[in-house]
Amino acid sequence: MAIVKNDSVIDQEWVTLDAEADLPSGEENIIVPLARFKEERETLIGRNGGLGVQLNPGDVPEDLANDLDRLSIITVNFPAYTDGRGYSYARILRERLGFKGELRAIGDVLRDQILYMHRCGFDAYELKNDDDVSLTKVRAALKEMTVYYQPTGDGRATAASLRERRRAALKSAS
Amino acid sequence: MYRYDDFDRQLVLERTEQFREQVKRRLSGDITEDQFRPLRLMNGVYLQLHAYMLRVAVPYGTLRADQLRQLGYIARRYDKGYGHFTTRQNIQYNWPKLAEIPDALLDLAKVEMHAIQTSGNCIRNTTTDQYAGAAADEIEDPRPYCELIRQWSTFHPEFTYLPRKFKIAVTGSPNDRAAVKVHDIGLRMHQNDAGEVGFEVIVGGGLGRTPFVGKTVRDFIGKNDLFSYLEAILRVYNRFGRRDNKYKARIKILVHEIGVEEMQRLVEEEWAQIKDGSLRVDDAEIVHYIEQFAPPAFETLSDDDAEFERRKAENREFSNWVRSNVIAHKQPGYAIANVSLKPIGGIPGDATDTQMELVADLSEQYSFGDVRVTHEQNLVLPHVKKADLFSLWAELKNANLATANLGYVTDIISCPGLDYCALATARSIPLSQRISERFSDLDRQHDIGELKIKISGCINACGHHHVGHIGILGLDKRGKEFYQITLGGDASENAEIGKIAGAGFSEAEVVDAIESLVTKYLGIRETGERFIDTYRRVGMDPFKEVLYGDR
Repeated sequence: MAIVKNDSVIDQEWVTLDAEADLPSGEENIIVPLARFKEERETLIGRNGGLGVQLNPGDVPEDLANDLDRLSIITVNFPAYTDGRGYSYARILRERLGFKGELRAIGDVLRDQILYMHRCGFDAYELKNDDDVSLTKVRAALKEMTVYYQPTGDGRATAASLRERRRAALKSAS
Repeated sequence: MYRYDDFDRQLVLERTEQFREQVKRRLSGDITEDQFRPLRLMNGVYLQLHAYMLRVAVPYGTLRADQLRQLGYIARRYDKGYGHFTTRQNIQYNWPKLAEIPDALLDLAKVEMHAIQTSGNCIRNTTTDQYAGAAADEIEDPRPYCELIRQWSTFHPEFTYLPRKFKIAVTGSPNDRAAVKVHDIGLRMHQNDAGEVGFEVIVGGGLGRTPFVGKTVRDFIGKNDLFSYLEAILRVYNRFGRRDNKYKARIKILVHEIGVEEMQRLVEEEWAQIKDGSLRVDDAEIVHYIEQFAPPAFETLSDDDAEFERRKAENREFSNWVRSNVIAHKQPGYAIANVSLKPIGGIPGDATDTQMELVADLSEQYSFGDVRVTHEQNLVLPHVKKADLFSLWAELKNANLATANLGYVTDIISCPGLDYCALATARSIPLSQRISERFSDLDRQHDIGELKIKISGCINACGHHHVGHIGILGLDKRGKEFYQITLGGDASENAEIGKIAGAGFSEAEVVDAIESLVTKYLGIRETGERFIDTYRRVGMDPFKEVLYGDR
């Protein structure tokens, strides 16, 4: 297991609690499922220590709209890589709700989905491989395509915008 | 026709290289077949009964001569010398070797082609009217919008792991030849009260085991807003489409379960938030794409060609072909020529390497190098001078490509069925061959007139049997094939799902059953009625009676 973010392997600094687990009394950084966050919101935001939320397929990311600045991290769970709901959640969190914290893909995260995840706004990936393999995979995945047709919030220039720029340049040169 | 620029070219080359690496990782055991599966599917590689199958995209059914020639080369080099044109206007090869597929994809990339998203739970090849840019009844050429959809949908990062596959079809003509009402999204171009041309958006049509005619979620969306609107629909589907049961995962089930009003509400709510964003396409960009599909350099001709008329009068075979396979063109003096891939007793949609190369040559000689693939599994030369039709026909005839049966009872849509397909429950090709042979007499076919028979070898309905005037579904009953007949289906603007006539027939009985339906129709039709018209007038009962008697 390794977490890759910003071209390096980072430490796991978060404890993920399920619906039942006791809240740690200290200042641990914790991640809770969205349902638990909604139920225990007051207690959770009153704690010391970092707070994050885990989204599972079927969750409504808009439920976090008013709390995003309290969250340092949102993890989006892909129980199976074939379940693509998390891609929409990521774009809504980043592009619509303006979430600026860490957006981490967890679960069945495979090399060949990482570029799509990145395009949708993820910036961290939890892979099942060891550190070196994980880093190699993420690096390879992020550079194997360089042309993008769709505008997303990732800041990559689309083919259409580059074409437009080129047409404008040709026009001003003539 | 659209030509790739350096961006498109780069993207396809990178994809080809990416897949070569993925195949390498699979062959070395670095990834399991399970992990490889979605990767190969996104590149059109299926594992069939006997071998891998490669499905190559023909975006909106439009091919240039050099592309079709290359498809012929690929059939010879990587397959057994033939290919099969499909109901998604694509072509599939049945016998490639996995280790060689990356090379085949590289050969395709050389002519600006690929197999991207011809499978998998993503947005598939967008289909349209095969006569786009040529049809006399067209409001506007739909291909510029199809190309924009192609780009928007290619490697869409959010919509590559949808609940299920997703198919979009566009028609630019009120006479729908693209079956838009039985697609996940159907777009019908029309003019609104203000005189602007835009799209009616139809959602949730589909065939498969639960067929539905699509429902309109919006009467009119302007061209500038089309892509944000599509994105809104796809986002709603990606979030809320069912994923618990693969057979209930298509958008048609979502629309059916929540109702079209709720679907509309969700889509409009989503759209309101993105409509002014970066997916809005401005007029200048649309014009840029319209220019790419500018009409070829037509000559100014009289619509009457004396030589053409003389040939028709002198040669009955030629005039038969003209009658069935040649369609009116918007440009005077030109015609649309359909190349039938349904020779009597042949395999529907199959073409050999040399046939593909010949049609490529003929398209250069007679049709500005433009060829179309139809969802009914034929080819089209869209821009032929009437004066050239006779020479074209003579050359097609030499290659067994001039069967005069377009739209007739032997112009059958058929899926590959149990001869190839891992999902099939019955064979469909041999049955289509037998029906074709039974009705081989051309005068009789002409007398019967338009009659669309569509055959699927399983409930997934790749052969579109639900929308056949006569549909045939091959099933398996305790190890024996049997065939269920549906009547009254229609894929046109008057789309209807056919109704099951009754108990199925054995393989030996089904051809006779079709014949008795046809005989009944001939006996009771009124002047000018097609089979489907008669069926609509008299209903199921008279036909049921000839099939089952008192049973």
